[in-house]
Formats: sequence, C-alpha cells, structure tokens
Amino acid sequence: MPAFLAAIEVHLKPGALDPQGQAVGQGLRSLGHDGVTDVRVGKHLRVRLEAADLASARAEVERMCRELLANPVMESFAFDVAAAPRA
Amino acid sequence: MRAAVIVFPGSNCDADAALAWEQVTGGTAERIWHETSDLAGAEAIILPGGFAYGDYLRCGALCRFSPAMRAVVAAAGRGLPVLGICNGFQILCEAGLLPGALGRNRSLSFRCETVRVRVENAATAWTGACREGEVLELPIAHGEGCYWLPEEELDALRARGGVAFRYCDAAGRADPGANPNGSVDNIAGICNAQGNVVGLMPHPERAAEALLGGTDGAAILRSALRLARAGAMARG
Repeated sequence: MPAFLAAIEVHLKPGALDPQGQAVGQGLRSLGHDGVTDVRVGKHLRVRLEAADLASARAEVERMCRELLANPVMESFAFDVAAAPRA
Repeated sequence: MRAAVIVFPGSNCDADAALAWEQVTGGTAERIWHETSDLAGAEAIILPGGFAYGDYLRCGALCRFSPAMRAVVAAAGRGLPVLGICNGFQILCEAGLLPGALGRNRSLSFRCETVRVRVENAATAWTGACREGEVLELPIAHGEGCYWLPEEELDALRARGGVAFRYCDAAGRADPGANPNGSVDNIAGICNAQGNVVGLMPHPERAAEALLGGTDGAAILRSALRLARAGAMARG
C-alpha cells in the first residue's frame, strides 16, 4: 500500500486557558518583542502510515486525532496528509 | 475488604495507597500490574498517583489501552467503587469514566503543599464516611491539576451533585485564593453519575497516618469499607 505522511497540530481550544502560552508571551515581550499580543503553545506530530489512497489516509488520521491525539474536552486539531516522499 | 491498586509504568504512589488502605480499613491491597486484566477479586479499585507512561502525549492518556484499565472500566460499569488519586484522576478522565480534563496549573508551578477541601457530596462511594460541608486537610503534589469542563457541562455536573470536593479556606469557603491550580469553580474532585467512581487531585493516602502529619484522608478510604458493610457492592 502507498505511504502517507500526516503533519498534525494539536492546540488548546480558544476558550481554554493556556498559561504556558502566556508565560512564553511574557518572555518574548521581556526580550523586547513589544508587539506580541498572544501566544498559544501546541503540539506537532508526524505520523507515517500506509493506506489504500489519500482519502482513506485522511479519514484514518481524522479518527486518530479524535480517538487519541487530541483531548476533545480541551483541544482542537488540524492536519495535512500527503504522499510520503520516497525514502 | 480487598482493594486493587493498579500500577502503570511510571505510577509512584501505589505503595503508599496500598499501605494506607490496609492500615485504615484493615483489609488487603493487591498491587496489580497494568498488563493483566485480572483484578484478583477486588471489591474496590484505586488508581494511584504518579506519572503513568511518563505523562506522554497527555497525563493519563495512554493508560486506557492497558488490559488492567479495560478491567477497571468494566468493573466501574458494574458499580465497583473506583478511586482515582491525582494521576489516577487524570487517567479516569482520559478513559471517559469521569467528565472533563485536567490541564496545566494556572500558575505553571508544580504545587506541593497542604490544601483544604470541602466535602460537597457525602453520598459517593468514597465520601460516605464524611459529612457534607466537612473540611479536610490533604496534601497535593501536581503540575497539571487544573480541572476544566465546558460551561454547559459544568452546569449539568453541578446539578447532579457531581462535584465531590472543592478547594476551600479554613472556614470552608470556596475562595479563589484557596484554589492552588486554577480549577474551574474550585473543583478538587468529582464523581460519576452513579457515585461509585470518584477522582480527586489531593492525596488522601498521604493523610492517613498521624505520624506523617494528618489523618483527614482516612475517612475517604474508610468510606468504601462502609459501603461494603452496607452490602451494596459488586466484585471485581
């Protein structure tokens, strides 16, 4: 089966407090980046998977995000799936 | 009365939980390695504190795939008392046995101190030996204890008596200043609809022996014993 590479981003939902992001923002401002108004810290995952086709791969990655990679209570996710470059 | 204390790779409060259970209830506690689904006939289950699976991905997120956890979910469905302490609370939320999620402490600091909690619901499997409104002094030790639930679900949780403990001051007031981690509505512990599954961030097993500084946690453990004596129990 063809190989695909998924680039997944998991972030806290807009309503959820992100104290880590706030602390990073304060750090940036204290370095002189006065224009920084907001920072959100998230997670990036790369998943390599085999699937019949791109549509199947996308559907599977969506399920992975819903079932494990993101906590639906506090997190939202986004992803891109593309054919994996030949090794 | 026999309790099962589930041990995941990275759990570190299992020995304390087992010891406290035995000392407080006079029963036996068996530490169950996560790879087995055999809960050895347990009448109560404790998910102890620690850093199960290194907190990888999210605290408690990977535990639900363990055979032991599948057995815990089944036992909870049959009405067995299940207590999640700290990491155990996180595991219960990730496994879907309790609503909501625990996130990073608002202060970003790891809080290791004694707090006060007020018993909000004295009718759960783990608060039956407490009085409603009673203030307990319990130690906390966590970096990710900020309980969160969307507003509409929070209303439903409160309406059904799902809040088991709230952080409070010495007078029992759920003051924001008494909240060590930013949890919504000062929530320190919750229960499921049936009342047999309870999760809390503080450590009752660390307040079960006078020599170690306090015994307010003993009543929480003793509550499950009270349930057994009342005969309202299933087996693991």
